[in-house]
Amino acid sequence: MFSFKPDRSQYPAAGEDGKLEIDLETGKYLKLWQGPNHPGITGNMSVELTVCGDEVVKGTTHVGYLHRGFEKLMERRTFIQVFPIVCRVCVPEPDFNEYCYAAAVEDLAGIEVPEYADWMRTLILEMGRFNSYMMFLGGIGGALGLGITGQWMTYLRDIMLDRFEELTGARIYHMFILPGGVRGHLPEGFEGRMEEVLDTAERYLADIDRVMFSNSVFKTRTQGVGYIDPALFEPYGVTGPNARAGGVAKDLRKDSPYLVYDQLDFDVVTHTDSDIWARSNVRRQDVQVSIDLIRQILRKMPKTGPAMAKIPNVLHWKIPRGETYIRGECSRGEYGYYLVSDGSGYPRRINVRGPSYTHAMALLEHMIPGTNISDVAALMVSLHTYPPEIER
Amino acid sequence: MGLREVLTPFTVWKRVFDEPVTIKDPIGRPGADRYRGFHQNDMDKCIGCGTCETICQNAAIDMVPIEGVEPEKGDSGLRPQIDYGRCCWCALCVDVCMTGSLTMSNEYTWVDTDPDKFRFIPGIDGDWKDDVAGYEREGQRVLSGVERIHMEEMEPEARICNFDEIVAGYTREEAVLEADRCVECGLCVATCPAHMSIPDYIAAVRDQDYDRGLQLLYETNPFSEVCGRVCTHKCESSCAALHEGDPIAIRWLKRHIIDEVPFDRRIELIGQPVEPNGRKVAIIGAGPAGLTAAFDLARAGTSVVVYEALEHAGGMMRYGIPEYRLPYDALDRDIGVIQAMGVEIKTSCRVGRDVMMEDLQRENDAVVLAIGLHMGRSTRVPGTDGPGVEKAVDLLRRITDGEEVPVPEQLVVIGGGNVAMDIARSMARLQKAKYGEVGITLTALEDIDHFLADPEEVVESREEGVEIFDARGPQEVMRDASGAVTGLRTWRVKSIFDAEGRFAPAYDESDERVHAGTMVIEAIGQAADTSLLGEALTEALEWNRGRIRIDDAFRTSEPWLFAAGDAVKGPDVITAVADGHRVARTVMEEFSARQVMQ
Repeated sequence: MFSFKPDRSQYPAAGEDGKLEIDLETGKYLKLWQGPNHPGITGNMSVELTVCGDEVVKGTTHVGYLHRGFEKLMERRTFIQVFPIVCRVCVPEPDFNEYCYAAAVEDLAGIEVPEYADWMRTLILEMGRFNSYMMFLGGIGGALGLGITGQWMTYLRDIMLDRFEELTGARIYHMFILPGGVRGHLPEGFEGRMEEVLDTAERYLADIDRVMFSNSVFKTRTQGVGYIDPALFEPYGVTGPNARAGGVAKDLRKDSPYLVYDQLDFDVVTHTDSDIWARSNVRRQDVQVSIDLIRQILRKMPKTGPAMAKIPNVLHWKIPRGETYIRGECSRGEYGYYLVSDGSGYPRRINVRGPSYTHAMALLEHMIPGTNISDVAALMVSLHTYPPEIER
Repeated sequence: MGLREVLTPFTVWKRVFDEPVTIKDPIGRPGADRYRGFHQNDMDKCIGCGTCETICQNAAIDMVPIEGVEPEKGDSGLRPQIDYGRCCWCALCVDVCMTGSLTMSNEYTWVDTDPDKFRFIPGIDGDWKDDVAGYEREGQRVLSGVERIHMEEMEPEARICNFDEIVAGYTREEAVLEADRCVECGLCVATCPAHMSIPDYIAAVRDQDYDRGLQLLYETNPFSEVCGRVCTHKCESSCAALHEGDPIAIRWLKRHIIDEVPFDRRIELIGQPVEPNGRKVAIIGAGPAGLTAAFDLARAGTSVVVYEALEHAGGMMRYGIPEYRLPYDALDRDIGVIQAMGVEIKTSCRVGRDVMMEDLQRENDAVVLAIGLHMGRSTRVPGTDGPGVEKAVDLLRRITDGEEVPVPEQLVVIGGGNVAMDIARSMARLQKAKYGEVGITLTALEDIDHFLADPEEVVESREEGVEIFDARGPQEVMRDASGAVTGLRTWRVKSIFDAEGRFAPAYDESDERVHAGTMVIEAIGQAADTSLLGEALTEALEWNRGRIRIDDAFRTSEPWLFAAGDAVKGPDVITAVADGHRVARTVMEEFSARQVMQ
C-alpha cells in the first residue's frame, strides 16, 4: 500500500525558542490561504498554511470574519430580549443556545419548568443534533470529493427542517425554547410525519454506509489520518464525538443527565482509533442514537400539560444576583452558557462555551503540521467545527 | 482493501432512477400553519399600547398615528409600524401583545424594488392581512401576569357589624407582585382626570422605593390617601391588562405607597412652599377641589384661607363617603399635609352667614368657589313630601356627625349610583346593630349591567343583605291613613332616554311592584346650595342650566371669582382634584397677568 514518506531533510529548522525558521525568500516554502472563502473550510474562518512541496509545515488558524459581538450585545438587552439573539450564535445547531440560555436564566431565577416543556426541549435538541450530523456527513464526503453525500444529507436535513417549521414556526432560527418553557405543543399528527422523516433518513443512511463507509477511497484517506493523541484531550479541552472517537466514553447526556435524558434509554458510542475515520464513524452511529431517541421521546412524552411556567412580567424581569454555568452535550461536544447577573434587568456577562473554539482554533493548529495539503479539509471537517460559535 | 469496497459504492447508482426530491416551485410553497411570516394586526382589537415596541430588541417597531384611528379612552390611537430591514421574526411582539391583536401570517415572500415599502403597517398594508394560517400564540399571554393579586378583605358577616374599613391593603410582597404585572403603556395616564404618573409610581412600588413613589403621587394629587381608597379608578377601565385578564390594581398600589410612608416623612419629602408672594386667596369649601387648589396656591407662596361651613374639613369625602370605605383618620392625614403647607382652614364658618361674600372679595386678590353638591334632589313622585322620606346626603352627613338617625326595620332606597350604595350599606350596618337583621330594598332606573355604581359596590351591597331591584321606576311613596310611609310603588323601566337622548323614562305599567318599608331614602343626585352668593352676585353671574357658567380655565363671568369642583363639573374626587389644580393654575396666571398690567 502506498505510504507517504516525506523527505524530512527539507524541513525548516527550529530556532532556540522552538519557532520554525521559515524564510519565504528561499523559495522552498509557499504561503497558502485555505479560506475564508474555500470549499474545504467549514464556515467563515481560514487556515494560513505554509507548505513545503505538498506537505504542510505550519498552519495558523484565523478567525474574525464572523464576529458579531453577541456577548456584548446581550449585556445591552433585557433578559427576554436576549432570547432572539442567542440562537444566532450557532447557525447549524441553534437550539442548544436557546436551551442553555433559558436554563441558565431559570436556574438563577428559581423557575421550575413544566415536565412537558422538558420533554419538548429534549425533542428539539435531538432534532437539532440530527440536523447537525447531516451537515457533518455531507461535509466530510464533500471534503474528500464525494459530492453525493452532501446532496442526500441536505435533503434529509431539509425534511427535518420541515418538521421544525411545523413545530416551531421557523426553519433555521427556531426560537422555541423560551426562558420558562417552550412556546407551544406538538401539532396534530406530528408523530406520524416525524416517523416518515426518520424512515427516509434510515434508508439514506444505509446508502451512506455503502457509498462512504464501505468505500476504499474514503477508508484509505481517513484511516490513520488526522490522529489525535488521547493525551491531548484534556489539555486541549476536547469533548464530544472527537473525544469519544479516541475511546473516552464521555457524554453529558449520560454523565450528568439534564432535561429528561435520565428517562431515556441509549448507549454512548465510542471508537478507539481517534482518526478521521473513527470520528466519522462515531457520528454516523450517533445519528442512529438520535433517531432512536426521537422515537422514544415521541412515545414517552406526556400528551398534554402546560408548556410554560408562570414567569414574572418579562418587560421588567430582574434576575437575582448570582452566576451559573449550564452545559449540555451538543453534536460537537460540551456546549455551555455562563451567565452572571448583578440583580438588574440586564445580564452582567454571558459567556458562550462552544466546543469549536478549542477544536478549530487550538487543536487544529496543533494537528496540521505534517499533513498533506489535500487532507487539511478533511481534517478540519472531521473536527466538526462551526465558526459562528467561535466568534460570539 | 478488498474488491467489495471498490464495488459497493457503485450500488447507490440505483438512485439515478429515483424521482428528484427537490421542490419544483419553491416560491409558491406555503409556510407551515405556525410559520412566523409577515405580521398581521387586527386594527379594531389593537389599543396602541406599544408593548410590542417595548419588547422588540431590534427596535423594528414604531408606534405611529393612523388616519381614521382616533385616540380614545384605552386606545392611544397609535398602531405599530414594522421595519422589515430590522425585524428578526422572533414573534416576541406577538407573545407580549396585550390584546392578542398582533399575529403573523405564513406568507414569507415579498419582492419590491423600493426599500421604503418594507416599513409597513400590519393590518393596513400587505396582501396577507386576512390570512388565517400563521403564528399566533397558544392561549393567553404568558409574558406578563394575567390575574390580579387578591387583597385581603373582611368577610360580609364581619363587616356588616361595624363601620371598620373593609380592605386591608396589600403587603409589600403582594404589592410588588401586582406592580410587576404593569407593562407601563401609560394608557391610564391619559384616562386619569388628574393625569397621575401611574406607570412611574407603580415602578416605584416594584423597586420598593416608597419615597420616590410618594413624591410622584404628590406631583399630581394631594389626596392620594383618599384616592388610594375611594377613587372611581377610571384608569383601571382603560388598563391594557384588562383585555386578557384583570386590570392592574392601580388604586390599591397608590394606597400601598401612602401606607408605607409615615405622615412626618410625607411632609419632609414634599418640602416647604416657596417664599410668600404677597397674594391672598379665599377658597369657599374644604372639599377635594378647594383643598387641592389651596395646596397648589400655598406651595406657590400665596396666602390661602379656606372657609368651610361644616364642622370638619373634607367636604363630601367626609360627609358623603362612609367610614368603612374611607376612615376619617386617613382623610385627616391628607388634609394635615395641606395644612402643613400653611393653608388656614376655618371650619363652621358659613359664607353668607358668618362672613360675607363682599368682604371676601374686598380682602382677597381672588375667591375660589368650591362648594360641592350638598342638597339632595327629590324624585318628586306623589308622597315624597312629608315625614319618612329622607335624602341620602342628609342622612350620610348626620351619620358622620354622630347624630342619631331614624333606623326602621325595613326601608327602601331609590337610586343606583355610589351614593345610593353608600346610604344602603350604612343603614344596613345600623339596622344590623339595632335589630340584628338587614331589611333594605334598593330600586334603580338602570338595569344591573348599566348601574352607575362601581360593580364592586353592587356585589358588596348584595353580600351585606341589600336586595337590589334593577330597572324599576318610582311612582309613589305609599302612605297609610295616618300618613306613615308603608312602601314604594314602582313600574318596570322600558327605556330611560328617548330617541334624542333626553331623560324621559318609559314604563311598563303592567309590571307594578310595591316594595314594603317604613322609610324611603332618595339617592338620585344632588344640587349646589348657591344661596351664599347673595342676590346681587347671583344676578351678575352667568349661569348654565342651574350651574354657574365657567370657561375652560374655571373662570366665572366675574374676574375675581373662580369656581371648581362638583358644583360646576363633577362627578368624583379625582375630577375635583384635577379641577383644583386647574383653577389654581388659572388664579396664578391671573396674578401674573395683573402684574404685567400694573
